Amino acid sequence: MIVFEYDHTFDGLLSCVFFAYEQKKFPDLIFSESDQKPLFIEEQYYVDTEIEKSKRVWKALEKKLSKFARNMMLSVWLSELPETAMLLFRYIRKSIDHPQGIEMNFGDDDVLRIRDIAQKVATDAHKLVQFVRFQETVDGIWFAPVSPRYNVLSLIVPHFKSRYAGQPWIIYDTVRNVGLYYDTRTVQEISFSQKDLAELKSGKPGNEKLSDEEAFFQQLWKEYFQSITIKERINLKLQRQHMPKRYWKYLPEIS
Amino acid sequence: MNEKTLEKLKILADAAKYDVSCASSGTSRNNVKGGIGTASGWGICHSFTPDGRCISLFKILLTNHCIYDCAYCSNRRSNDVRRTAFIAEELAELTIEFYRRNYIEGLFLSSGVMRNPDYTMEQMLRVVKLLREVHRFNGYIHMKAIPGASNELVAQAGRLVDRMSVNLEIPSETNLKLLAPEKDYSSVFTPMRFIQQGMLESAEDRKKFRSAPRFVPAGQSTQVIIGATPDNDKQILTLASALYKRPSFKRVYYSGYIPVNTGDSRLPILPTPPLVRENRLYQADWLMRFYEFRANELVDDAHPDLDLDVDPKMGWALRHPEFFPIDVNTAPYEMILRIPGIGVKSAKLIITSRRYGRLTSEQLKKIGVVMKRARYFIVCRELPMQTVNELTPQYVRRQVSRKQKKIAAELLQYSIDWGE
Ligand code: SF4
Repeated sequence: MIVFEYDHTFDGLLSCVFFAYEQKKFPDLIFSESDQKPLFIEEQYYVDTEIEKSKRVWKALEKKLSKFARNMMLSVWLSELPETAMLLFRYIRKSIDHPQGIEMNFGDDDVLRIRDIAQKVATDAHKLVQFVRFQETVDGIWFAPVSPRYNVLSLIVPHFKSRYAGQPWIIYDTVRNVGLYYDTRTVQEISFSQKDLAELKSGKPGNEKLSDEEAFFQQLWKEYFQSITIKERINLKLQRQHMPKRYWKYLPEIS
Repeated sequence: MNEKTLEKLKILADAAKYDVSCASSGTSRNNVKGGIGTASGWGICHSFTPDGRCISLFKILLTNHCIYDCAYCSNRRSNDVRRTAFIAEELAELTIEFYRRNYIEGLFLSSGVMRNPDYTMEQMLRVVKLLREVHRFNGYIHMKAIPGASNELVAQAGRLVDRMSVNLEIPSETNLKLLAPEKDYSSVFTPMRFIQQGMLESAEDRKKFRSAPRFVPAGQSTQVIIGATPDNDKQILTLASALYKRPSFKRVYYSGYIPVNTGDSRLPILPTPPLVRENRLYQADWLMRFYEFRANELVDDAHPDLDLDVDPKMGWALRHPEFFPIDVNTAPYEMILRIPGIGVKSAKLIITSRRYGRLTSEQLKKIGVVMKRARYFIVCRELPMQTVNELTPQYVRRQVSRKQKKIAAELLQYSIDWGE
């Protein structure tokens, strides 16, 4: 079995593609330090990440794949699923080798899988757009803890940036312990200490951290949520189908 | 804002809840400088209540005072309920505070009729103006046009909001008059027509001057109550399809009747709201809007009501076995769309993928085709399976209806895409 080891970055993956075509060696497995080392290695190569090479691969893909398909690839990358490196590698290889490209061939398993994962990631990002809940803090920053399934924070920035252009906010991924802070001008990455994280994870920052009115508006929202429900039509299954339980953690109307 | 706000909110949300519409789709707005809010073009649901319905807009009445006496409404003047009203400033501020927290996409403002229709519209307009002009709110606003309000007020509203709606409520005029003596079809259709005219004019103007104001850019919608009157599905769908022919009409909502007022002999006593029927109507509506079905293909004089046991597309297919089987590897898109178990998405995928080779049933499954239902109606690469013609429509109906009944009752009531 031929294996590549890389640094687990997207540029690293594209460098693997470059390396493979250059050396005419195609891996059965691509792994990084954090993965378990495979058994039965016959040939192993450590592939250095080189931005120049990765750029060239991407350029080549721009000719073969639509923007939509390239975005799907990036989404698949954000899924962080163990299969992504090899799946993307195969997809890229098929795109390059096939004269007309393979983008539209949904009879191909890899093409379908790329679409499926990309859709899951998009759904997860959309759920964030739906279920992010901001709380107003004493220092006037609007704070929202989230726990998405995939690493999708970067995908939702444009939406919240334009919607709340004049409102500084933090959207914080409590699973990956990384957040985005928008100061009404630019967005930057932040991360909190482990101690603060514990409090954040509960989704209920201490009252001294929240603005005077925050609790009142949460209560209003909770009451609204109850009053707008039609008792004769209760259908909890349907509710859960649209709003899976895993997203309930930070919803003031339910918790 | 204080404790009283909380009380008002409870009463006026409770009184607003029977209006089904909550969609926030159809316009995109970018943030205005120094303002707050955008509209994304497709609807976003921010929560789902225990009845499984979407909360996209802050759906609320300005007041539940009403001078009218519609039999099907809990706000009618002859009811002894607690009455209250928001102050315009209070409601505008509440909307903004909810919006800032990402609870909502915007406001859906409706109202009981205070004093007279014009007075009511003026009060509603004040809220909308505060939002747009003082708070510089650029999110979504849906506003009810009060039947009987003057054109001038409807015109003012139309320039500020994204969508307007006038509810028909009752699918035939005779029954409307019976249940809502102060209303008739002209009080509903007049503002509808006026809204349409405003939209068309604004579209014309905007062709000439790009800066000409938009008028109800997300179009209009209406709602009909199902099961409060003996009107059948044929009447309802014919009405809906006539409305959809108007360029401004985006949605017809169907609302299964819930008896809010007991002891009115003009209204039926229903043990449970007609949810399955309501679901079938949404499915039929969907077929008319996205699958190019005509109302008279779904219901006719021989079948004036939709079949509750199978969905309307399956129902049509079973009445027309001569149309099948369809070869998915060669048939045109419109025909593939007619196959039960194949939606718009999978139909499109079939068309693109079959260029690379004939599709097998395994591939169809992966593409998203529900083979359990489609199998009776198609041929693909393998030998033809047993189709509806060999098995008979009666047999297929038995096979698919057992499953469907259960699903329809439990889950699908509202699995209609809320965001259009
Ligand atoms: S006019 Fe509207 S609020 Fe008043 S009773 Fe009729 S339906 Fe109810």
